[in-house]
Amino acid sequence: MRRHLVPFRRVAAPLLMAAALLAPLAAGAVLPGERLEDPALETRARELSAEIRCVVCQNESIDSSEAGIARDLRVLIRERLQAGDSDAEVKDFLVARYGDYVLLRPPFASYTLLLWLGPALVLLIGGVGAAVYLRSQPRTTAPATALSAAERARLAELTGEGGPDRRSSGREGR
Amino acid sequence: MKLRILLGALPLAVFLAAAGFFLWGLDPERDPSEIPSALVGAPAPAFELGPIPGSGGQGLATVDLVGQGPTLVNVWASWCVPCRAEHEVLTQLAEERGVRLVGIDYKDKPDDALAYLAELGDPYERIGADREGRVGIDWGISGVPETFVVDGEGQVVYRHVGPIAPAQVEEDILPALERAGR
Repeated sequence: MRRHLVPFRRVAAPLLMAAALLAPLAAGAVLPGERLEDPALETRARELSAEIRCVVCQNESIDSSEAGIARDLRVLIRERLQAGDSDAEVKDFLVARYGDYVLLRPPFASYTLLLWLGPALVLLIGGVGAAVYLRSQPRTTAPATALSAAERARLAELTGEGGPDRRSSGREGR
Repeated sequence: MKLRILLGALPLAVFLAAAGFFLWGLDPERDPSEIPSALVGAPAPAFELGPIPGSGGQGLATVDLVGQGPTLVNVWASWCVPCRAEHEVLTQLAEERGVRLVGIDYKDKPDDALAYLAELGDPYERIGADREGRVGIDWGISGVPETFVVDGEGQVVYRHVGPIAPAQVEEDILPALERAGR
């Protein structure tokens, strides 16, 4: 029996840990009493709530916020869905009261053009700048010019493999 | 070469843009948590609230905001501590400055609300009891207290989030009432 217990524990502990860690993610801040009986409607409500900003906490969705008003809005969304509203109608209802600010994903409109296209614009400007800079650089390195007589002489002096004159005079010296 | 000058000026332009942004971000007058109200410039939402049970009051509805001149609509609750802080300011506005003040009692127990008014005084001409908090959502509030200035046609002119500090009466509330045609 002990042989079975060890592998079981090894598997069970991480699984339990994972379940414990993931449970709050799945539940959000939604209380059991708020959930709808209809799983399809509840799924829609959860997806909608995740897109709605909590107006108190501001960077949290109402799906994950514990604030009282977030709870009220979650219940309100479920009521409207049960009454037959489409997702867009529910969002319009909230935007009419709280403005675009309540949407975590702002709409693509004339006044949000810079917001949506800004990053692409910056990339474009940077790309054009980089292209212009790279093009202005010389493509190939300039062809090497031949060494002058003085340079050749100095090179020979340094390497000790100079012209025949110098070599011969060295030998004569010995 | 014109392009070179343009490219050379690019870092400076980027710096200036960033510096301007940071300067704006550091402005102590700026409140980063301030939310633009969807209601300002729009008609007050349609609502109808009964009075606080046991108060013998009149309740509050959209019609009460039309044709009576500029009105201060204050959303409050007995459980809200900053509401206590601004209560005296509201009382002064109503009694000394003659501002028409109405209230929405937000998610409150009637007994608590009545005890609050008995303790601090009742400066409100009418109070609607919003037990479920639904009318609060219609007004787009993010918490209590919040105060709206509504003009004689029932249009929302100004929204104040949080308690009204004494200094804000002269700075914000009275100018907004002025714009509302006071």
